[in-house]
Parts: sequence; structure tokens; C-alpha cells
Amino acid sequence: MSKLVIENVSRIFPAVGGGTPTRALEPTNLCVADNDFVTILGPSGCGKSTLLRMVAGLDRPTTGRILLDGRAITGPGADRGMVFQSYTLFPWLTVSENISFGLRERGISPRERNAIAGEWLDKVGLTSFANHFPKQLSGGMQQRTAIARALANSPEILLLDEPFGALDNQTRALMQELLLGIWERERKTVIFVTHDIEEAVFLASRVVVMSARPGRIKADVAVDLPHPRHYTIKTSPEFSALKARLTEEIRVEAVLAAEVH
Amino acid sequence: MKPLAPISSSARVVLGISFFILFVAAWSYATFGGFVSKTFLANPLTMLRDGWWLLTTQGFLFDIGMTIWRVIGGFVLAALLAVPIGILMGAYKPIEAFLEPFVSFARYLPASAFIPLLILWAGIGELQKLLVIFIGSVFQLILMVAVTVGSVRRDLVEASLTLGARDAGVLKRVLIPSAAPGIAEILRLVLGWAWTYVIVAELIGSSSGIGHMIIDSQALLATGQIIFGIIVIGIIGLISDYAFKAANRAMFPWSLI
Repeated sequence: MSKLVIENVSRIFPAVGGGTPTRALEPTNLCVADNDFVTILGPSGCGKSTLLRMVAGLDRPTTGRILLDGRAITGPGADRGMVFQSYTLFPWLTVSENISFGLRERGISPRERNAIAGEWLDKVGLTSFANHFPKQLSGGMQQRTAIARALANSPEILLLDEPFGALDNQTRALMQELLLGIWERERKTVIFVTHDIEEAVFLASRVVVMSARPGRIKADVAVDLPHPRHYTIKTSPEFSALKARLTEEIRVEAVLAAEVH
Repeated sequence: MKPLAPISSSARVVLGISFFILFVAAWSYATFGGFVSKTFLANPLTMLRDGWWLLTTQGFLFDIGMTIWRVIGGFVLAALLAVPIGILMGAYKPIEAFLEPFVSFARYLPASAFIPLLILWAGIGELQKLLVIFIGSVFQLILMVAVTVGSVRRDLVEASLTLGARDAGVLKRVLIPSAAPGIAEILRLVLGWAWTYVIVAELIGSSSGIGHMIIDSQALLATGQIIFGIIVIGIIGLISDYAFKAANRAMFPWSLI
């Protein structure tokens, strides 16, 4: 059963100042199964973020439609949680208040909000930072809060747009393990956009590779590595083989993209 | 000195005070040294003596109170109208398109030029004084608040939408809290401008207030009194500025981290 169906979706940005319109995404079809973890891998400018934003409802497709549980998406909503690449915690709210923001919008009582926020603070290891403001946290802690904020709202699907892109390598690796651990326990449907091959393979049960402008899906690779995954899996032969294959796929696109720009 | 290198807080206080000392020293040198005629510029001691005389025998405290009341009254009226309108303009583009051209035009109408008209309409009573300050501040406030609200980070709004916020929630729980420290800062700034309007309003058709005392003193060539009045305004401005800054720090601790 497909949780999310992307049907013939394309996006053309109108011309600016007498230029030509930008074809960000060619007509694309993609189905995501319930409780699946899909990574969308591609070089910058391949339309992967555009596709994710359209799933979130923050952008509208030029053609085609997107269905979540059979219902067409017309705008943003609480059923699709999103974690952005930029730090988007509300700076005037504490970590705990940030996590319960969506619950508050849905009119859930303060006591229940606190209980759910407390649970998620624990799951992302930030209990002792509950009353800190976002600016007092490191980048990794802020993104952990952002993940907790999105999941505390219990969305049908979690969308992540290069959430660890601005973090250093060590923090990034820890964040991947944390996210994967949460997914292994909660089994949410997740779409994770990244340009990092290792990240794409480590997290996903399925890697969708996208080509450079105009963006379209180029390959769809199943990742059959067993769960729970430990970070040492990154040095296994199976992991390396997948990584090598995706490196080839993506390299062609990166070369093309470099020639265009 | 290195560009942008910070200094200690004690050095900051010492440097700040030393300019005041330097200023008074130069003034004393010019007046006590006889370089400037007494008719045009009183010396600091005369100024203090005149000030004491004003306060103790002429009821100058009442004038100060009147002026403060007018500034605060006119400014609060302007803020009560301008802040909500500015927020709506910043948040909703059709409202902005409707009001922005007119407010931009009205902003350049000099408040002091309205004084003759306002005397005609409202007489020379308190209402006229309040209206001068109101006209001088309200359009500035509207525009500045609208810009602050309109420039709230777009990604914060998007994040709130993906968390299920609706129109009213975005306005109340994202746009307004995000812009609040900026709005407080704008109020502080425009209050400073309101002080210049009140004095102008009191120079014409007034029987009380600091500005009235200044224009009376001019007829008597009492430059000491005039300078005392000006310095009183400066001191009140400084106090209100610090009070505003302290209040902002207390209300928005997150914006200073």
C-alpha cells in the first residue's frame, strides 16, 4: 500500500526579467510505501528540494498531483512534518515550547503538551536543555529539537530537507544514528533529501537518485542492509558496493551539472 | 584600537562620562574665559543658578510635568493606532498595497507645519499639543512596524505551517512574537522624535511646558534658562531611553542571546 503517491508532478519556475522559465523538475512519478524510509539523492539544482517542498505543500506543482493516503495535497498541514536545512526553531520559545508548538496549534491541553514534549526531549537526549532558548544550543542540538518538534506532532509522514547539511562530519554521523534509531522504533514514513551518498545509503531502505537540471528520477535503488543498523555497517562490503554504484550514478550528473553552470 | 574589538564595561562608562566632562569644560572655557558674550551664551554656573531659580520659585516642575504628559499622551495615542495597523500591513499584502502609498506620503508632511491648522481646529488647548505629537509619530510608526513584521523570516512561517498553524496562528504566534523586539525598538526610537515635536508645539500658543518657558526666556535674553530647559529635555530623554532599553531586555531575553 502506497502512503504517498506522486503522479506526473513537474515544476517550472516562471521567467524572471525576460529570461527563460526554469524547468526545476520534469514530470515525475514516485510511490512511497507506508513506514518506508526513502532518501532522495542528487546534486544541487536537481529539484529534490522542490519536490519535497511540493509534498509539504509549501510549493505547488505546475502539473500533476500528490496524494497522501489517497487525498490530494493542496497546501501545508500538520499531517506532513518537515525539518529544514536552515535552523528554523522559533527563537522566542524554549526548546520545550518549540517541541510543543504544533500540539498547541491543534488545541491540545498544556498538561498533555508538556507530557509529549517531555517524552520527545528524552528521545532526542535534550531533557536538561528543556528551558534553553534555541540560540543557546549547538547546531546539532537545534536540529535534534527540530526533529522532535516535527515528530511530537505525530505526522503521517516526515520530510527532511538536508537537515544535517550544515553540521560537521562527526555530529552528522551521530545525528544519522539518532534519526535511524528513532525510525527503527517508531516506523514512520520518511522522505529524506540529501546530496551525501553515504548518508543516503546508511539511512534508507530505498535510495531515489535524481539527475541534474532538468531534474528527474534516474535510478531507484533498494538498500537491503539489515536493521538495526550500527555505524560499523558503513565499512561492510555490501555498503561499499552500494556506495560505489551510487557514486557512479551521481558522478555523471555532477559532471553534467558542472558543465551547465 | 582594532576594528570591532570589544571594550570592558567599566571602560565604556568612563569614556561615556568623559565626553560630558569635556563638553562642559569647553563650554566653561568659552564663557568664563570671556570668548563669548554673556548675552548670547550663559556660563554653566549661571545656567545652574537660573535652573534652581526656575525650579524653586517659578514652578518649573509643573512645566516639566506638563511636557512629559503631552509627549506620553500623544505618543501612546499614536502607538495604539499605529502598532496594530503596522502589524496588519506587514502581514497582509493587500492591506499594505492599500495603505502604504498614503502613509509614505503622509510621513513627509511636517508635523510642525500642521500647528496653525491644528490651532484652528482644536484651539490652543491640550488636544492641539497631543495632535501635533500624534501626527508627527503615527505615520513613522506605521511604516516602520510594517517593515519589521513584513521581514520576519519566511522559513519560520513555513515551519509553523508544516506544524499545522493556520492564518490566525501564524499572525499571533509567529509574526507578532518574532517582530516584537523590533517593534519595541521602533517605539523607543520614535519616542525620541516625539520630544522634538512637543517643544515645537509648545513654542506656539502655549501657556505651560518646557517649550513655553524657553520662548519666554528668549524675550528676557535669559540664555541660562534656555540652556537649562534644553538640558532638562536631554536628561529626560536619556532616562526614558534607558528605561525603554531595560524594559526591552526584561521582556525579550531571547533576542539578546
